[in-house]
Amino acid sequence: MTVPVTGDAARVRAVTAPRRRRVRSVGRSLWWFVVPGAAFYLFVVLSPSLQGAYYAFTDWKFGEPAVFNGFDNFANVFQNEAGPGAIRTLLIAGVTVVAQNVLGLGLALLLSAKVLGRNVLRTIIFAPMVVSSLVVGYLFKYIFGPTDIGAIDLVLKSFGLPQIDFLGDPTWALSIIIITIIWQFTGSAMVIYLAGLQGVPEELQEAAALDGAGYWQRFWFVTRPLLAPAFTINLMLGLIGGLKIFDQIFSITAGGPAGETETISTLLYRQFSQYGEYGQAAALALVLAIAVAILSFFQFSFLRRQERKA
Amino acid sequence: MNGTLLARTGTNVLAYGSTIVFLIPVYVLINLAFRPVDDLTTPLIPTTRPTVDNFVTAWTTSALPSAILTSVVVTTLSCLLVIVLATMAAYPLARSTSRLSTTTFYVFLIGLLLPFQLALLPLYFQMRDLGLLGTIWSLVVVYGGVHMPFCVFLITTFLRTSIPLEYEEAARIDGCSDARAFWHVVVPLLRPVIGTAIILTGVGIWNDFFTPLLYLSGSSQLTIPMAIFQYVGQYVNNWPVIFASLIISMIPILTLYLIFQRYVIQGFAGGLKG
Repeated sequence: MTVPVTGDAARVRAVTAPRRRRVRSVGRSLWWFVVPGAAFYLFVVLSPSLQGAYYAFTDWKFGEPAVFNGFDNFANVFQNEAGPGAIRTLLIAGVTVVAQNVLGLGLALLLSAKVLGRNVLRTIIFAPMVVSSLVVGYLFKYIFGPTDIGAIDLVLKSFGLPQIDFLGDPTWALSIIIITIIWQFTGSAMVIYLAGLQGVPEELQEAAALDGAGYWQRFWFVTRPLLAPAFTINLMLGLIGGLKIFDQIFSITAGGPAGETETISTLLYRQFSQYGEYGQAAALALVLAIAVAILSFFQFSFLRRQERKA
Repeated sequence: MNGTLLARTGTNVLAYGSTIVFLIPVYVLINLAFRPVDDLTTPLIPTTRPTVDNFVTAWTTSALPSAILTSVVVTTLSCLLVIVLATMAAYPLARSTSRLSTTTFYVFLIGLLLPFQLALLPLYFQMRDLGLLGTIWSLVVVYGGVHMPFCVFLITTFLRTSIPLEYEEAARIDGCSDARAFWHVVVPLLRPVIGTAIILTGVGIWNDFFTPLLYLSGSSQLTIPMAIFQYVGQYVNNWPVIFASLIISMIPILTLYLIFQRYVIQGFAGGLKG
């Protein structure tokens, strides 16, 4: 929708901003190229999102019209299961992010050193990232499966140790969801750190080594500051992904036992598909959207600042 | 010298050790899938009677064969749609400095902040009214829109920072029209960023479960994650057969990953940075 500026406006612009004229002259007849993409975006993302935000403030239900009801949905939903659900979502996001970053950075440091066949190891550790989260979820559901069936319980049994009903216990169930997410996405954090490590000049490391800095000193004073962008990206990607988490919970616990592993996304799905409470589902979606938007905004403005510095 | 040798051995041991620990779940997956259903020994011990029966059962009794085809069609069509439209849109957005163009670009960026869940409900009814629910076209349209902001952002940024205007100006001086300059000069230069965009959107679409769960439920056309979801529901606790189905479902994407691993890893590392 970049309508070409013509006539007087163009002449005024040309006088006030002579540097810009040259740029605009290239490819300006192709302004309509933006129309189909923008139309899709408008129809699929922007307009439904705005409507969704509106429905969050209505009592829209299956088979009933939507009537404005202010903040009732938010009060209603958060006084019930969504309150603990929101805290749980934050907990999952927080714990996975910390673990992924610690493990991812550790692996990146290991696999940027002179390790035999390090590319093979990188390929292996990144591989779960391209596989469906649902499939990974089912794999871990079996590993931590019920007594006499799950892999860990069978191992415990063969050693004569007491078995644990991992997914029947709320705390265990939540930990297992977290472990599954960490297993799948540590490779992604590692790869971003590896890319960051490539940007650390060899000469700086050598200079520091000549000055007598040990491995940890070099890491702390030379490598770490240069990894700041990679760290921010991992932090934001991990938190945003963690907030939206759905597949793993759907496959491992389906929100159970007794709704103790429900998150915003799974509750939203339930409100929509089982109860037909569209207004309340929209309220949950809006809360999620605001949380994600705040984090994305931080990430974006941070990266913009980095770019300008570079 | 001894010190460095020791350090190097230590690093190697640690690297291989972590990889082995990391691979334990994969080992359990493979071991169980090749095990006869009546073999109830510890899943950590390799089976003494390996069999491919589970794979045969999984292939013949699940919806996977047709689901793989559906997933290929959906992913290909959606990627094609997003990439073509985003490349087109990115060109004027990157080259024009008019206020309208910058505003349009920022409006696209808003899409990066919006999680899909917000659009979900109204979009569901929009699709129902269009009669697209339960067909793969609903997925293609949804993916087309959902991945648009990211691809537009990626390609526009690349155009602005990495492709000098001189190429197009030279083409113009040689008498090339804008459209021809775009197609013959700009698009070939965009190859690296288009590759990154295809990898990121392709993997995302291929593995997506939430969208088909809503838009395809009750339909006979299933994508791979949907087929797995149904199959697990059907074969509760018959883990050897379920695991065989999980392995079958992973083969296409893992094969592509292993062939293009360098590009995939680079794409993720570079593209996710934004």
